[in-house]
Amino acid sequence: MMETFDPAAVNWARAQFALTAMYHWMFVPLTLGLSFLLAFFETFYYKTGDPEWKRITRFWMRLFAVNFAIGIATGLILEFQFGTNWSNYSWMVGDIFGAPLAIEVLFAFFIEATFFAVMFFGWDRVSPRFHLFSTWMVAIGSSLSAVWILVANAWMQRPVGMVFNPDLARFEMQDIAAVITSPVAVSHFLHATSTSFVLSALFVLSVSSWYLLKGRYLRLAVRSVLVASVFGLLFSFLVILSGDQAAHNAARFQPMKLAAMEALYRGEKNAGLVAIGLLNPEKKPGDDRPVFHQAVHFPYLLSLLANRRLDTFVPGIDDLLYGNPAEGIVGVSEKMVLGNEALEQLTRYRQARKEKDEEAAAFHLAAFKKVEDHLGFAYLDGPEEAVPHVPILFYGFHVMVGLGFLFPLIFLLYLILALKNRLPRYRWLLRLGLLLVPLGFLASQLGWVVTEMGRQPWAIHHILPVKVAQSNLAAATVQSTFYIFLVLLTLLFVAEVRIMLSQIRIGPEEK
Amino acid sequence: MTLTGIWRFYRDGFRSMTLGKTLWALILIKLIVLFGFLKVFFFPDLLKTRYDNDYDRGAFVLRHILESAPPERNRP
Repeated sequence: MMETFDPAAVNWARAQFALTAMYHWMFVPLTLGLSFLLAFFETFYYKTGDPEWKRITRFWMRLFAVNFAIGIATGLILEFQFGTNWSNYSWMVGDIFGAPLAIEVLFAFFIEATFFAVMFFGWDRVSPRFHLFSTWMVAIGSSLSAVWILVANAWMQRPVGMVFNPDLARFEMQDIAAVITSPVAVSHFLHATSTSFVLSALFVLSVSSWYLLKGRYLRLAVRSVLVASVFGLLFSFLVILSGDQAAHNAARFQPMKLAAMEALYRGEKNAGLVAIGLLNPEKKPGDDRPVFHQAVHFPYLLSLLANRRLDTFVPGIDDLLYGNPAEGIVGVSEKMVLGNEALEQLTRYRQARKEKDEEAAAFHLAAFKKVEDHLGFAYLDGPEEAVPHVPILFYGFHVMVGLGFLFPLIFLLYLILALKNRLPRYRWLLRLGLLLVPLGFLASQLGWVVTEMGRQPWAIHHILPVKVAQSNLAAATVQSTFYIFLVLLTLLFVAEVRIMLSQIRIGPEEK
Repeated sequence: MTLTGIWRFYRDGFRSMTLGKTLWALILIKLIVLFGFLKVFFFPDLLKTRYDNDYDRGAFVLRHILESAPPERNRP
């Protein structure tokens, strides 16, 4: 009997996962970035012996602790959902995800049980040198533990280094090096960590701006601004470079994602990058309606971004959907035929195995292997299902990129004014600085929205659609747990904001 | 550092916490809610609870994959 999908259940499961993942990502970037800023503050203390640097380090360490404590275990909620809402998917990718996630947990436990304890408890108990070493280990270890989850996510965007076992319906790891060194994994790691560093620098600027506006702890605020603005400025360049590489990877491995990010419906040579644009909401793939009401393009830049050459062709949504023989692009309809063939051969393979006809099984397995990369297309109801949500991707991508270019200018301005000792006089900038935390979080969250919404409709790119990955649960069941999480996560968020604000109000004076 | 020294290090560290006590209380409440309530009542591992071994789990997922495609008439 054919399985039927309840779109409401799939959407509630997606909403629940998005809610918890976005909530989890409220804490991770601050943990990754603040840990490095702490290491720099403490290094200045170690080098100069100036107690003010120690006071600065201990103050930011307290805010780091609040963020870490509220954020801890929020990632576990995602694992619960894997087992319940996404049990089919969990089973299929268990071998790929199992190793990286187990390494992450062991790594995190090792670091947290040892170096975290020394960092928080060891100020007067261990040598300054060992304390500094521990702070650096927390910073490096936190980023390294993030490698594994990012590797797992990158594999969903570009599945490599695995082989499908048709008897167990599982992807089995064949080449862990290929999984770890996949270009998508490398750019994922660099972009996620560098954006986290920038977000943390914005957090430090924001809190310091508040102190400067209030005329409190001026030395702490100015020194914090100096370190954070240099740190933020340097990593802003890495954000731009790694973001460029991520978009280039999308062009190579997920061209539909890039086309949706740019709302490029008809592919073109010398393609321009949209600087700013207002989409026509009536536009659908394959029609002749205009894409934009208004748009400004940077000429040639999309071709350069996608192919590293100005005069090259960038495929649009229509080319990828309906095919473009002149450019050698196979359309989704043809891929659906290949997907059906893959499913057919897999069905016959299972039948042959049941009948213990090993010769027929070997024949159908070989036929399946030729087209298995297109398996996911068998589940599409029509070619248009292969297009992700264009408005979310377009606006999400452009707001994120705009903020990504704005932040280095703000860091530079703060740095220059702090060096000239004029920062307290620029109250308009300090007031603007209070907005840097929400803007930083907006850019950081939009990065994941673009990454994950751009992957749709696939759970594993071209191999497994999200709707097949989901467990067959009633929509009401998933909906009720969604609201439980909404209440729980809101309470935790309110707790964090309250504790964080009270600690900022208290300032560096320990009570 | 001896084992006793390590024990004292952690014990004294926990005892001297101020803000940390609030944060630990929050962590413990969170873990109790997650593992004692949500995991037990709302988030069972479906395949683990329904099937005893990997062979049966694999067979279920394979059947799910093979029977989930739209009917042939919807295909190009």
